[in-house]
Amino acid sequence: MEGATTDLPVLRPFRPVARGGPADLGFSRWLAEMPPIALLGFAFLACAWPIVAAAQGNFTTAQAFDALWRWMPFLVSKGFALNILISFFTMLTGTVAGVLLGLGQVSPLRPLAATCWFVTQLFRNSPWLVLLFIVMLAFPFEIEIAGTVYLIPDWTKAVFGLALPIMANISEIVRGGIQSVPTGQWEAAESLAFTRGQTLWQIILPQCFKRMIPPWMNWYAILTMATPLVSLLGVEELVTLSRQAMEAEDNHPELLMPFFGFALVIFFLYCYPIARWTLRLERRFAVRQ
Amino acid sequence: MPANSWTPDQPIVAIHDLHKSFGALEVLKGVSLEVMKGEVICIIGPSGSGKSTLIRCINALNPVDSGSILVEGQEVNDPAVDKLALRKKVGMVFQQYNLFPHKTALQNVMMAPLKVLKQPRGEVEKRARALLTRVNLEGKEDSYPGELSGGQQQRVAIARSLAMNPDVMLFDEVTAALDPETVKEVLVAIKDLAQSGMTCILVTHEMGFAREVADHIYFTDRGVIVEHGPPATFFTESSDPRTREFLSQIL
Ligand SMILES: Nc1ncnc2c1ncn2[C@@H]1O[C@H](COP(=O)(O)OP(=O)(O)O)[C@@H](O)[C@H]1O
Ligand SMILES: [Mg+2]
Repeated sequence: MEGATTDLPVLRPFRPVARGGPADLGFSRWLAEMPPIALLGFAFLACAWPIVAAAQGNFTTAQAFDALWRWMPFLVSKGFALNILISFFTMLTGTVAGVLLGLGQVSPLRPLAATCWFVTQLFRNSPWLVLLFIVMLAFPFEIEIAGTVYLIPDWTKAVFGLALPIMANISEIVRGGIQSVPTGQWEAAESLAFTRGQTLWQIILPQCFKRMIPPWMNWYAILTMATPLVSLLGVEELVTLSRQAMEAEDNHPELLMPFFGFALVIFFLYCYPIARWTLRLERRFAVRQ
Repeated sequence: MPANSWTPDQPIVAIHDLHKSFGALEVLKGVSLEVMKGEVICIIGPSGSGKSTLIRCINALNPVDSGSILVEGQEVNDPAVDKLALRKKVGMVFQQYNLFPHKTALQNVMMAPLKVLKQPRGEVEKRARALLTRVNLEGKEDSYPGELSGGQQQRVAIARSLAMNPDVMLFDEVTAALDPETVKEVLVAIKDLAQSGMTCILVTHEMGFAREVADHIYFTDRGVIVEHGPPATFFTESSDPRTREFLSQIL
């Protein structure tokens, strides 16, 4: 802005992304900047643990890893696959609901905007596990449609429980993205006789859509890392199945680090590239701005 | 709604006793002015005197508290006013250009006729190219706003507004944000427009320009019109001390 000064509130520069806010990429940054040495250190722990534990028993490190090796295909195809499935459906549900809620927050209809704001704040600031428990317990485990009884699998209920906080955070990303477009854009469109809907879809959203993608991906990585929460509710995802597998292997303490270490590594391997990609997109969009 | 009996020999914009407050701050305290078709009027006055607020009321960007604004006989201060119809008749250019940054110059100019007026693309494109040529931007059709200088962007903004074929154009300090070198090219474009018979309402600090193109000059201070008159007499015979002080500072 070539030296323009103005006291019009609409022309003040908009504030940058708040730390810890929904558009903050802190999680992706932390994950993407994880040094490889951290993984090595972790692998060392996983190997050293059975040696320490072996002092008490006759179960060896080799046996522990052998057990892990045998269970691995099952853990991945039945356990981790379910985590990913849950993350996909949660993200889908949360995104659709969150976009609607976010658009509601910027609606000119005051009561609608206030309601959407309230719902957003409510779910954004509630502990995820509490939301999960409420959804799991409040919803029936079967429904009857036209005389046929359908069982609702636990994991679909978990999807709805996790989708609530995701929805709320995406609602904030959408609201923040829309409000990051200077008011002058709305006024220019208005003075050209665009309707509010046309302005939103043809002028405002195309400008902020790209800016919303990195924080959206950041939330996907956070969500994926959080999916083991649903094991507390008995959903048979990776962590639940790992515990069952260890039980089947007589619960030797030596199994603990290899099995849970494997869970950590596989989550890391899945989310790390997403985090790197998120930061790369963020940089690219920042340059073009 | 009464039948609109406006004829071109009546004022195209008639503002009477306009009041407007932002919260407790009364910004317009009973402003009246009239503009005839084809006239060019300039509004001058110190910063914060309500000039922007006044012209933003004319195309209903700001709602008003009381008073009347008639545009071609249509009352703007009426909850039932068809704002879209009003804005098709009244174009506006802003200090900060406000071009759509994700569209090229040509697309910026074409967008409203295509999406709002739903005119056929071929015809719109032909007109848009002609308008860009008219504001001396031939060859810049495919540039994005970010690739253009301030003066070029402002001329695209003028072309964009003209593409709607408005009857009245509002200019709000359109050269205030520009580098001194590019001010002139924008003023040339506006002068050309004024001389072609377009009704123009300009807020400006360019006194030389106002003197040259305006048919009538209004001086505002603290929400009222202190003094007005044709440029020949306004600059030399204005009597109010506030006007004199303002002119002595700026000339
Ligand atoms: N949207 C707004 N909300 C609150 N105050 C405003 C708003 N727009 C303008 N004002 C105030 O109204 C007064 C007149 O502003 P403005 O019409 O922009 O003056 P000018 O264009 O003559 O400099 C200023 O004091 C300004 O701070
Ligand atoms: Mg102003």
